[in-house]
Amino acid sequence: MAGEPLLRVEDLRLHYRSGSGVVRALDGVSLDVRRNEALVVLGESGCGKSTLAKALMRLLPRNVQHFSGRVLVDGVETMGYPEERFRREVRWVRLSMVMQAAMNALNPVIRVGEQVAEPLRVHRGWSARRARARTAEVFGMVGISADFLQRYPFELSGGMRQRAVLAMALVTEPDLVIMDEPTSALDVLTQASIMNALKRIKQELGTSFILITHDVSTSSEIAERVALMYAGQLVEFSDARDFFRDPAHPYSKLLMASVPRLHQEETPVHIPGQPPNLLDPPGGCRFAERCPSRFDRCDRDPETFRIGERRTVRCWLHAQESGT
Amino acid sequence: MNAPARDMRGSAAGPVLSARDLHTWFELRQWGFLRVGSVRAVDGVNFDLQAGESVAFVGESGCGKSSLARTLLGLHQPTRGEVVFEGRPLGMLNSAERKAYLARVGFVQQDPYGALPPFMDVRRILHEPLIVHGVRNRAEREQRAQEALEEVRLSPAADFLSKFPHMLSGGQQQRVVIARALILRPKLIIADEPVSMLDASVRVEILQLLRSIQREHGLTLAFITHDLSTVRHFAERIFVMYAGRIVEQAEVNELLNHPQHPYTQALLAAISDPDPDNARHQREVPPGEPPSLLKPPDGCRFHPRCNRMIAGTCDRQDPPDFEPRTGHMTACWLYR
Repeated sequence: MAGEPLLRVEDLRLHYRSGSGVVRALDGVSLDVRRNEALVVLGESGCGKSTLAKALMRLLPRNVQHFSGRVLVDGVETMGYPEERFRREVRWVRLSMVMQAAMNALNPVIRVGEQVAEPLRVHRGWSARRARARTAEVFGMVGISADFLQRYPFELSGGMRQRAVLAMALVTEPDLVIMDEPTSALDVLTQASIMNALKRIKQELGTSFILITHDVSTSSEIAERVALMYAGQLVEFSDARDFFRDPAHPYSKLLMASVPRLHQEETPVHIPGQPPNLLDPPGGCRFAERCPSRFDRCDRDPETFRIGERRTVRCWLHAQESGT
Repeated sequence: MNAPARDMRGSAAGPVLSARDLHTWFELRQWGFLRVGSVRAVDGVNFDLQAGESVAFVGESGCGKSSLARTLLGLHQPTRGEVVFEGRPLGMLNSAERKAYLARVGFVQQDPYGALPPFMDVRRILHEPLIVHGVRNRAEREQRAQEALEEVRLSPAADFLSKFPHMLSGGQQQRVVIARALILRPKLIIADEPVSMLDASVRVEILQLLRSIQREHGLTLAFITHDLSTVRHFAERIFVMYAGRIVEQAEVNELLNHPQHPYTQALLAAISDPDPDNARHQREVPPGEPPSLLKPPDGCRFHPRCNRMIAGTCDRQDPPDFEPRTGHMTACWLYR
C-alpha cells in the first residue's frame, strides 16, 4: 500500500434544515479512493448518495444545518479551505463532477463545444482557440466526433449529450471524477458504450472515478471497490469481487438478490419495507427494521467491523469474525 | 411450450387485439405549413395478441414503442393500416363505441407522478373514470374504488382514498395508476414502461403485481419496455422493435436463449449481470445510433450498424419475416 490515497473522507456529516426538522442526509461516512481506482457508491434513492457527491464537491444548498468531517485530497485536509481557495485549488482542478441529469442542464443557446471548454477558460484562463483544441481532443476520448463542437445541445441525442457532460468533467484533467447516475436515463447500447469509454479513459489517463448509482449491474462494468449506503450511512465497503460474489451485510445480500439477471429463471426478490425517515432515524442499526437476521444487539448502533484485508461491514453479525 | 406458435395462427375465439400493417407517421412542418417530411414512428407493424397472454414490446428510446402504445389506445390516428379490437377495426367505431373501447383498455403510464392529477385525492382519481363511463351510484363507485385499491395491495383502502398523490411513495403512486387502469374492469392493459421511473427495489414488486392481476382476471397485458433483463418475469412473448418496426418475435425463453436478429443479439450482449469480471473487458457494442425516423435507411434499418450486413441485399431490400426456428420470427436476410 503506497502511502496516502487520492481522496480520504472521514466521518463526513451533512444535515439539512427542512420544514419539518433536520434531515440527517449524511451521517458519518468514511471512505477512501485510491489513485486510478473506480469506486462505486450504491444505494436506494434517498440514502444520501447524491448528498455525498455534493458534499465532496462542496456544492451545498443554502439549507445546510451541519457540515463536518474531514476530506483529504492527497493527504491535505481541505475542509478548512475557504470557498475561494477550494474553488481555485480543488473543485474542477483535482475533483470534477457529472451531476445527475446533467445532460438536460446544458445551456440550449450555447454551442456544445463552448460549454465543454468553459472550465478551461475559467479555471486555467486559456484562450478560446487553445481551449477548443483541447476540447476536440476530449471529445475524441468520450466518443463524439469533433464536428459536434459547433452544434447546439438540441441537435445531439441523449447519449451524445451525456458524453458531452462527461467531456466537461474531464477537460481539465482532474485526478478524480465523481459521476452521479451517469447512465441511468440511457438505453442499454448507449450505456454499454459509455461504460466502455470510461474504462478506456481510466486506463489511458489514470483517472479515478466515483460512480454513484442504484444500478448494481451497470456498476459492475467498472467497479473495483463498492461502498453501499443505507439511510445516510455506509453499511459495507468492500472489494468489488467480494461484494458481488459474496456480499456480507444483510442489506447487501438482499440487494444482490433483488437484481434481475438476464439468464436467471427465479424471480428477483424485492426487499420488504422502506428505508427509515432521515428526519428521525431509529436508534441502533438503521436497517434493523427490514433485516431478516435481526437480534437483540441491533438495538445499539453497530460499529464498523473490519473483515480481512479488503472489507468493512457495519453490522453486529460480524463482530465475532473481526475478533472484537 | 409451443402454445404461442399455435396462438399466432389464431385460436377459434380470435385475437383480442391486432395490428394490421400499422403505420403512425407524424408530419413535420416548417413555418407551420411547409411540409418537410414525416417522422415514421410506427412503420408497418403486424401482430395478434391472444386473450390472457402477456407480451412485451422491447426497444430503445425512439424506436416507436410509445407511439405504438398510443396508437393502440386510439390516441393517435394511424396513418395507414388499422388496429383491430375483438374483430372490429378501431377506425370503424362511432364515438359511443370508441368510448366503450376505452373502457375495455386500461393504460398504465410511465411516470406515475405525472399521470396523477396533483389536486385530486385518490378517491376522486378513482371515481372519475366511473363517472365518465356512467356509474351514477356513489356507493357503488366507492365500493369499486376500494376493491381496486385492495387489488393493487394498497390496504386498508380507506387510508389511501383521502390521500393526494404527493403523499404517496413512487411505488404507491404507480399502484394507484394501476388501480385506475383496472377500475373499469378492462380486458386489455397497455403498460408503457410501468417501472422505469421507480426505484430498483420496488420495480420487481410492481411487475409481479401486474402479472398476478393479469393471471387472476385472465387479462391481456401488453408491456412496453426497454429492459430485457426483467421481461422473462412478466411476459410470455417478446416483440423486439427497431426504428418503427418489429424485427424479431418469439416466446420469451426462446428469444433470450436463441436471439436471431443481429440487433437483438447486440442488445442482449450489452446487458450486464452484476459480475466483477465485467470491469476487465470492453463490451461489444454496434457502432452508431438508431437512424432518424425522418429518413430511415433503405433496406433493413439496422444495416448501417450491422456487422453481418450482406451488401446488395440488406442495404436495398426490406427484409420480410423469416422463421428460422419454430414459432420464432425475424425480419433479417440472414435467414432467407
